[in-house]
Amino acid sequence: MKKILIALSTLLALAGCADPREHSHAVYMLIDTSGTYAQESAKAQLIVNYLLGTLQPGDSLAVARVKSRSFSEKDIIAKATFDSRPSQANAQKRAFREAIDNALRQVMPSRYTDITGAMIQGAEYLNEAGAGRKTIIVFSDMQEELDRVTVRDFPISLQNIRIVAVNVVKLGTDNVDPRRYLGRLDDWKKRVEAAGATEWRVINDLERLDTILARS
Amino acid sequence: MNKAWMVWPENPAVSVLVLAVLAMLFLYAARKPMHGLIQSLGRTAMGPLRLGARWLNGAADRMAYRNRAVLLAHGRQEVETRIEREFERIGALVTRELQGYPTLQRKLLDEITRVEEDYRKCGEVPPPPPDWVEAVTAMSNVKNGNEMVMRVLEEIQRSVNSIHDKALTEYRKAYESRHRILEGFMPFWRSLDKTLGRVDRNIGSLHQSAAAVDAQMEKYEQIVAGNDKAESMLTVSAFTQFAIAALVLVVAAGGAFINFKLIALPMSEMVGAGDYITASLRTSEVAALVIILVEASMGLFLLEALRITHLFPRIANLNDRMRHRILWIALTLLVTLAGVEAALALMRDMLIADKQALLQSLATAPQPAVTDGWVGRIPTAGQMLLGFMLPFALAFIAIPLESLIHSGRTVGGVLATSLVRVAAFVLRLAGNVARHASRVLVNLYDVAIVIPLLVERLVVKVPRRAAAPDVDEAERTHA
Repeated sequence: MKKILIALSTLLALAGCADPREHSHAVYMLIDTSGTYAQESAKAQLIVNYLLGTLQPGDSLAVARVKSRSFSEKDIIAKATFDSRPSQANAQKRAFREAIDNALRQVMPSRYTDITGAMIQGAEYLNEAGAGRKTIIVFSDMQEELDRVTVRDFPISLQNIRIVAVNVVKLGTDNVDPRRYLGRLDDWKKRVEAAGATEWRVINDLERLDTILARS
Repeated sequence: MNKAWMVWPENPAVSVLVLAVLAMLFLYAARKPMHGLIQSLGRTAMGPLRLGARWLNGAADRMAYRNRAVLLAHGRQEVETRIEREFERIGALVTRELQGYPTLQRKLLDEITRVEEDYRKCGEVPPPPPDWVEAVTAMSNVKNGNEMVMRVLEEIQRSVNSIHDKALTEYRKAYESRHRILEGFMPFWRSLDKTLGRVDRNIGSLHQSAAAVDAQMEKYEQIVAGNDKAESMLTVSAFTQFAIAALVLVVAAGGAFINFKLIALPMSEMVGAGDYITASLRTSEVAALVIILVEASMGLFLLEALRITHLFPRIANLNDRMRHRILWIALTLLVTLAGVEAALALMRDMLIADKQALLQSLATAPQPAVTDGWVGRIPTAGQMLLGFMLPFALAFIAIPLESLIHSGRTVGGVLATSLVRVAAFVLRLAGNVARHASRVLVNLYDVAIVIPLLVERLVVKVPRRAAAPDVDEAERTHA
């Protein structure tokens, strides 16, 4: 009996010493503001609101813009690690929502779309957050366009990160030849899987947002 | 197909036949050692199995004996306590109600004597008429017509009437005073009747207690005698107690679950919602569980200090002063924890409302604000009340817990004994199966070599029974 009690106490002590961040969830959302896609920002706000309503105290959320060159902290619109106390976390969420509303109201369309750079930035943020579950949500048409100077054709690392592409709208050229759209998604899938991502998912129906944070 | 085994590869049937004959001959030659091997294998399997079965049966007997001793001792202790309580009740009844009975009886007798005397006085006859009545009678016999006599008679009549009225008034007054005395005794009679009724009830209660003591004594005698009836009665009682206590504990567990739900969310405000002990177990949930368990423990100590339960002999053996201290400490902690729970229940409601407000503000379409007024506060008040009451309700689980522990010893003992007996039966059965299997194998072996055996019978003409020892006999010897 004594031995069992000692074992239980040790187990509880060890379990109590475990890093609490292992059970938290960190989400990095990229909002494409290039060209005509900038008009979709209202939908982006909807997704941010969903995330704010779903994430728990202790989780982290960051929202960043995808611009011509996006490998920069300056592109992060708002970021927060929610307090472990629910009341404080709710207050943080309200402030976060205000920040996003203000930022999306003044959004200026960019000329190019650096999705790769934004993903690398997102992966850095998520790895620093040290959360147990890491997700990058890409709100974009997934059409990357870079200027001649920007270099992004190298292998990237997205180890242990889920990538969810949301609202991947069809371009005019996609309508002419759907293989372009399917090929674009397939290329991204191969690229993120090669980068070590744990999952690649595309969600175009915004009524099914519950699958954004769900494990496959 | 591999044909290496065939004697004549071009003729499989003949090859099989030749091999069968050869095998038969080989098996016939090895018949005796093979029989011995099979029989010894059967015995090897059967021996330990039977030994194990016998040992288990012995163990079951020892367990049953031990269980019986514990059961009877426990039952004896319980009945002793009950008899003690009955005697305490009788003692208290006698002390409280019948202590002043002789004085009361004397008083009653005195009063009854007084009432009787008074009653006798009430029954007195009116005084006899005075002597001059005879003179008046004589005068009335005088002849009529004498005027003087008539006047005297009239005067006498007037005097007599006046005296009669006076005497009648006095007589009535005397009766009135007696009636008043009698009337004054009415409350006393009622009180007397009431007192006698109470005494009668007490005597009846004493009689009932005496009957209960008799019943308990009869039970006690049976237990001391250690007869099967007492054992059976105590076992059934233990099973019933176990079932009732388990049922009550299940209900209490439901209460504890509700309590847990009430305080788990607000506890995250105190210890944080992001801390996990395991993948699915938050620290806040464990903290809530710990609070509930601490409340249950305080309830346990409280009932222990009140001597309602007897799970901790150390507390029961403390002197009254220390016991009272423990009682007050446990009660204070319990009240404090109940207050904390009520506050947590309120905080839970506030947190849910805050979360709801946040979700509404995040919703695309603005939703109208709901104003519940005082009706909306009912759930909050209900939660707070539940948060305050449930710890006290949980405190009482000590009683069914004690019952479960005590009856669990008997129930567990009976079940364990049955389990050991079943295991013994299975081992014995397996032993018998092994024995019969060896017999079957021996017979099957003989079936396989039936032709050489027939030839042997024809040629040797030796009775088989005489040649080979009986398998059963050998097994019996070894068993």
